[in-house]
Order: sequence, then C-alpha cells, then structure tokens
Amino acid sequence: MTSLIGELADAEVVVCCGSGGVGKTTVAAVLGLEAARAGRRVVVVTIDPARRLADALGLESGLGGEPARIDLPDLDGECWAMMLDTSAMFARVVHEHAEDAEQAERIVQNRFFLNMAGSLSGTQEYMASEALHLLHGDDRFDLVIVDTPPSRHALEFLNAPGVLARFLDHRLFKLMMLPARSGMKLFSVATQPMLRAVGRVIGSDVLADAVAFFQAFAGMDVGFRERAEEVTLLLRADATRFVLVAAPQRDTVTEAVWFADELHDQGFAVTAAIANRMHPRFGAGTSAEATGRAEAAESDDTARLWANLAELRLISERERVEILPLLDRLGGAPIIEIPLLAEDIHDRRTLDLIGCFLNDPDQVV
Amino acid sequence: MSRVPELSASGVAVIAGKGGVGKTTVTAVLARAASDAGLRVLVIELDGKPTLQTLLPGLEVRSMSGADSLEEYLRDHGFARIASRLVSSGVIDLVGTAAPGIDDLVVLGKIKQLERSGRWDLIVVDGPAAGHAISFLTTANGMLDAVRGGPVRAQAQDVLDMLADPERCQVVLVTLPETTPVNEVIETAASLESRVGVMLGPIVVNRVDAFGEMPDFDAANGADNDEFDALVAAAEFRTSRRAIEKSQIERLADVLPLEQIVVRACPVAGLSAADVQQLADELRGVRNGATP
Repeated sequence: MTSLIGELADAEVVVCCGSGGVGKTTVAAVLGLEAARAGRRVVVVTIDPARRLADALGLESGLGGEPARIDLPDLDGECWAMMLDTSAMFARVVHEHAEDAEQAERIVQNRFFLNMAGSLSGTQEYMASEALHLLHGDDRFDLVIVDTPPSRHALEFLNAPGVLARFLDHRLFKLMMLPARSGMKLFSVATQPMLRAVGRVIGSDVLADAVAFFQAFAGMDVGFRERAEEVTLLLRADATRFVLVAAPQRDTVTEAVWFADELHDQGFAVTAAIANRMHPRFGAGTSAEATGRAEAAESDDTARLWANLAELRLISERERVEILPLLDRLGGAPIIEIPLLAEDIHDRRTLDLIGCFLNDPDQVV
Repeated sequence: MSRVPELSASGVAVIAGKGGVGKTTVTAVLARAASDAGLRVLVIELDGKPTLQTLLPGLEVRSMSGADSLEEYLRDHGFARIASRLVSSGVIDLVGTAAPGIDDLVVLGKIKQLERSGRWDLIVVDGPAAGHAISFLTTANGMLDAVRGGPVRAQAQDVLDMLADPERCQVVLVTLPETTPVNEVIETAASLESRVGVMLGPIVVNRVDAFGEMPDFDAANGADNDEFDALVAAAEFRTSRRAIEKSQIERLADVLPLEQIVVRACPVAGLSAADVQQLADELRGVRNGATP
C-alpha cells in the first residue's frame, strides 16, 4: 500500500476511533494537516481537544463550536477545526426539524431536553454523527475528519438511529407522545402506574418536565428518523473510512481489538490502525545483545550506555508483541507505526514530524 | 518511609484521572500496598473490565455498574413487580435522563453503605475517567438542587456528607509526567475544589522514568559506527524524555500544593500482578521482602 495519507486521498469522511489517552485527537489533527498539504479542504471535528493542541494549531482562542480556519500559508489546501458542542448541535437539529419556532423553543428550553443534550450517554456520539452530516454537506470542505469520543460508546455514533430508537420505540415514550387534547385527555400521568412510580422516585415536577418534552416533541420523530437514515447511508458509503488509533499498551490494544471486531460485525471496513507512541528501535540489534555488551563492557559508563540501550530495546520489543493481536483483526488492513518522539508535540514543527510518518509507506508494521 | 498511612486516613479513596494515565494500575498498586501494610482493603471498579482482579489475586474486587445499580435501586423503590421490563419499557432511560447522574448517585450510595459497614479499613475505587469523574462526584449536589424530596434526595444528602468528610473520603488524582496530562490534572483539581467539597489526597505521578542519569556520551567511543549511533541516539532519547518529565513534575509541584507519589515506569507494555506487587513494595519502601 501507499502511505496512510495516500490511501485516504479519495475519502470524504475519515472516522478516528480508539480509547482515551492514545493520541487520537493529535492524530486526527495531523491527518487534517497532511490532507491540507495534499490540497484538500479539510475540517477536523474533535470532541475534547487539549488546550495545547489548539495552541499548537495556532488557534489562540481555543476550538469553538463553529469551524475555525488554521493559518497555513505554506500549504496548498485548507484545514479547519472545531470542537463538537453537543448541546448547541442538538438545539440546532431541533430547530431544523420543528414545525415552527415556537415548538423548537419549547423543546430547547425544556429541562429534560437539556439533560438529554448534556448528559445522556449516546447523545454526544449522536451529535457527532449529525455534525458529520452537516459538514459533509458544507461546500467549504471536501473532507471531514471526526475524532470520536474516547469510549466504547463511540460506536454508537455509527448507529445514530439506534440512540433515537431508545426514545421513539419504547412503550413509555410513545405513550407520553400521545396528544393531550383539551377536553379529551388521551394521556395523563395519573392513569399510568409506571409513570406515577417514576414520579415518586424523581419527584413529580421533574417528571412533568419529561412529559412536557415528549408532548412537544410529538410529530418530530418522523423527521429525525429520516435524517438518521441519511447519516447511516453516509457512514456506509465507500468514501467514508475508518482509522483505529491505539498505543502499544495492553489495555488500549484490547479496546482497539474490540473496536475492530465491532466495526467488522456491523459491516464496516477498517482502512488502517495506527500504533502511536511506539518506542523507537535504535539500531538493528536485540535487547539481549545489548545486555550482553553491558556485561562485557570495560567501564561502568560504557556498561550503563549499553544497559540503557538494552532497556529501550526491551520496551520496543515488548510493544511490538503487544500490538500483534490487533494485526489479526483488521481484515488485512495495515498497522502504521508512529514513534514516541524525544520531544513534546506542541507546535506545527512537531505536528509535521508526526505527519511525515503518516506519509511514509515504510511505516507499516 | 511508608506512604500508606496517608491513605488509611480515609475510608474511601476515589482514584481519578484522564483516560490513559494508568488509573487502574495505580488503584491496584495502592490497594496492594495498603493490604500489605495490614489494612482490610476492598477494591471497586466501575467500568466492567476484569483487569483489576487479575492484577490483585487474593484481594476482594467488586464490579459495580451504574445501569445495574439503578435497576436494582428502582426495583427496591416501587418497581419490584415490573422489574423485568425496566429497560425495555424505557423506565431506566426516562429516570436516567430526567435525573441525570442518578445511576452514579446510586453507585456512590452503595459505596457509602460499604464504608459505613466498618468491614474494611480502606475502599479503593477505580474511578471514572476525569471528565466523568467530575460529574460522578458532583451528581449529589445536582440532585439536591433538582429533586425536592423522597428517597433520591435523602440518598444525595448522605452521599454529600461522606464526600465532604476528609476522614471518610478523598480523591487521589493520577497523571503522567507529560505536558498535556499535567495540564489536565491541574484543571481537574481546580474543578474538584471549586465544585465538590471533597478532599484531594496525594497526586500520583505514574510511569516516571527510574533509569537514572546518563553518563557522558564519550563512553560510547569504543563502539563501531552503527553501534555508536545506536548508543548515542538511545542515550539522547532517554535524556530528553527525562528532562521533559522532570520539568513537568516540577511544574505540577509548583501549581498544586499536594503531596506527590511517584510510581516508576516498568519496561513492559502491560503490567502483571507481579509488577503490581513490585511497585507496591517500592511504594512502601520494602526491599527484598523486608518490612520497613
């Protein structure tokens, strides 16, 4: 294969999956910069960007809910970046689907809705897929790179309608969406034993907010479902690619293997995995050879240098073994190695160093 | 000097930190160290991963999930007869969304009960990843604001009482000696202090290089060209990374007035129970099995 950047040349969407702390956001940003170098007009959507990354990209006020262009005078293309604002995105989607502004306002100001937008597990992922859909349709960009939430829930992103289905298909919610016409109440909490029991646990006014939300939302569910179908089609398109990011630590590899299996089970193909922060090899010899040289060394200092080399090689060897389980699960897709650098990633220069590896076909494990 | 006495000052220690810093490792090392020092230790993990039990043979490790705990709670509070349909009917989602964090609150309530039982000296909780750690710990405050009365409010008050009492509870933050993790732990500490009245215990800096100083690179002079290059590159790499670590550890000490506990980096790509035992011994100052 060519380099990873080469493989992504005709992609319209790139989804980065993986657990937290592996450098996923940095990788997503670098993929964006390298695509811009190749002339693309890219937007990178991140979920929880470190302040330093925004600084490294030259975005002084951090990343906001709208795409901001990164100043890249040396590149042919463009790279933009934004942070997903779940609540704002959800409110926006509601406004688009509501029959009128009044219905939209009733919903977005409702406490139950605000809770959903802020904290229901799956909402962030759902909004990431909505953002993806929105940006894919935005003429400013020809490539969207999504940095998914750092958890197993990330794959709920692929199942946007699934998140909605929890609310639209359960009996209780269908019940609450029944119209309460004046004079002839089809629905009231008083006649529903389950809702009364819920009210006793969480309080009747909290329950009333929930009921008000569903009453306001009734009818909008059709539009949401259609929208969700469109997102699903986009995710399943050939031009949408999946990249798994892992670090050579057992727990992140386990998570990456889980992601790979899940993607496979749901019929998605992984384009590549990235093993990030791999200890470099330092020459062609083995750790054991270096240990032997340390033992045979003439001076303590020389022995120490050999022992240092031996330990670093040992870590490198063990890391390479640790990532092997992932290789089997990728359906033939390669693992690209990005080395751990001797310095911190904190500016364009160091981000570009990472970029070199993504452009190098020899970085395949 | 043993570090463990600081931990035994509290019944519950919640280990918190961003994903990837090694919370699970630190939970295991602290639990093993406390147990070896003679404390009765219970470990609680919240993410459904079996790792902790593997790292701590012989110690009691319990798994608690928010979803299961919430279901159990509802069953005990008026839903006994329709328990089997709580998930599929939508009750769990409705309750969980109408009162966000209620599942975390219920888990904290169970932990509070275990702490009250007096059966253990120390309960170490492998906490949720940092963003969630904050909401996990603030859920009780939010619940007091939102819910007027009833069992949930009473539960919230009890949990707050435990969290606010430094004799009963502390949060141990974990970080790595690198720029972004240190930035993040500083933010998390600030958030916890301003939003939750919980005591912050020592900060654990995980995976700190313990190899030591490099000698002068002239010591490589006897080697042939390729070997020389490898020796020098490896030495420069180590030196450079140690410098980053040192400056980040110093910065952390400057910004956060909390005691630091250092856990050494092991030259492995995944820890074993034996590694955890070794690290716990080091924490307690134990050498070759002798007690301090």
